[in-house]
Amino acid sequence: MRVLKCADTGVLVEVADLAEVVALRAALAERPPPGVTDVVPAARTLLLRVEPGTDTDRVAAAVADLPVGAGDRGGGGGTVTIPVHYDGADLADVAELTGLTPRGVVAAHTAAHWTVAFCGFAPGFGYMVGDDPRLHVPRRGEARTRVPAGSVALAGEFTGVYPRNSPGGWQLLGRTEARIWDLDRDPPGLLRPGVRVRFTEAS
Amino acid sequence: MSGASALEVIAAGPMTTVQDAGRFGHADLGVGRSGAADADSYARANRLLANPPGAAVLETTMGGLRVRARGPVTVAVTGAPVALSVDGRGAATEAVLHLPDGAELVMGLPDRGLRSYLAVRGGVDVRPVLGSRSTDVLAGLGPDLPVPGTVLPVGPPPRDFPIVDHVCAAPVSGDRITLRVDLGPRQDWFTDRALDTLLSGEYEVTPRSDRVGARLSGPALERSYAGELPSEGMVAGALQVPPGGEPVLFLADHPVTGGYPVVAVVRSADLPRAAQARPGTRIRFTARTRP
Repeated sequence: MRVLKCADTGVLVEVADLAEVVALRAALAERPPPGVTDVVPAARTLLLRVEPGTDTDRVAAAVADLPVGAGDRGGGGGTVTIPVHYDGADLADVAELTGLTPRGVVAAHTAAHWTVAFCGFAPGFGYMVGDDPRLHVPRRGEARTRVPAGSVALAGEFTGVYPRNSPGGWQLLGRTEARIWDLDRDPPGLLRPGVRVRFTEAS
Repeated sequence: MSGASALEVIAAGPMTTVQDAGRFGHADLGVGRSGAADADSYARANRLLANPPGAAVLETTMGGLRVRARGPVTVAVTGAPVALSVDGRGAATEAVLHLPDGAELVMGLPDRGLRSYLAVRGGVDVRPVLGSRSTDVLAGLGPDLPVPGTVLPVGPPPRDFPIVDHVCAAPVSGDRITLRVDLGPRQDWFTDRALDTLLSGEYEVTPRSDRVGARLSGPALERSYAGELPSEGMVAGALQVPPGGEPVLFLADHPVTGGYPVVAVVRSADLPRAAQARPGTRIRFTARTRP
């Protein structure tokens, strides 16, 4: 673990891997250090935003002392099932990249156990990690200027669902009608850190 | 609440948003803080009117706002100093102003600074989104931007009363400003020469600047190696350096995470001055400690 300062406004904690991010996020949710207003988990780091005037050395020390469950993939956020129409524009490309058939990609995506590791990019966009390394694929060489809301996609070690129309460079597998982001719901995001996700094939 | 006061927008100027202290505790959903870009001027406007600290106000960029009082209201304008008039008569900024029912307040262009704040006693009482009345222009969250004809309800007056008529505020930024930074968190992604350049060169705020960030032009900052940084959390004040080498100074609506290294971060006390730096402003960065 390496702790880096962001002037007097934040503490950036760098850890070894995503599993450690997920475990440390869970530990911080249990015991937030005083002065921390927000925690932003990401792929290899957690940013702790602090109130002005907070002693960031003390925050750093508190983080180092947190009991972090090794190998804990978080969870505790419940499980959601997302039905998907697997008719995405990049399904054939993903099949080629993975060496699977398009049906094989669908089978692997629906069989995998996914967990939301962190959110970012847009409100409600959850980066989900799974247990099938065959589904690790690079981003598209060129990003699309418009990816429709509800698109289910792969990139790197992650799968994700676009909560609204936006530009994007992920490989599109299909689409869902599930409401990923809904301000009339509390909380508005379906895919929060720690939530476990299963994808099913929509009939 | 029927019969309550309101502000009717006659003209919104180049850019007017509703802002409060920001949206806290939702970063793990990918939702940023947003809030008034110049937090000092925002807080002062509310203090003048004895509003509670989180009351919502109107933030204008380069003035141009015109509003009509529906019912008698008490207001104050702070931040970038603008020529102000009420029903054609000159009025003072940084002061408590009473507008009778139907009075029209007109804001001119600021001759220095960028953002002015119009607070109303009782606060702008639009519906909060995720606990805040701030519009986050990047995330597309919060109240719609006021346009001509928008009627902004005013909340019930607070129990306390204003105790001063006007305040003497420090002038907002001029043509040249100095901002204090701390190096990091990714200073090791840059050469020593780049760090020297950052702290000795001069950067100019470009017109491609908004509430997300001030995009700067100036000497490029050289990376020490060309690796890819996995996206990580960003703070307001971060100087993020895209591949071109010219930094972007993140402001209130900055992205929650970013994929380019942050060479240094402006200290929180200097962020209000950064938010008042209009295009053409020249910025120097100083650090208390050298690498």
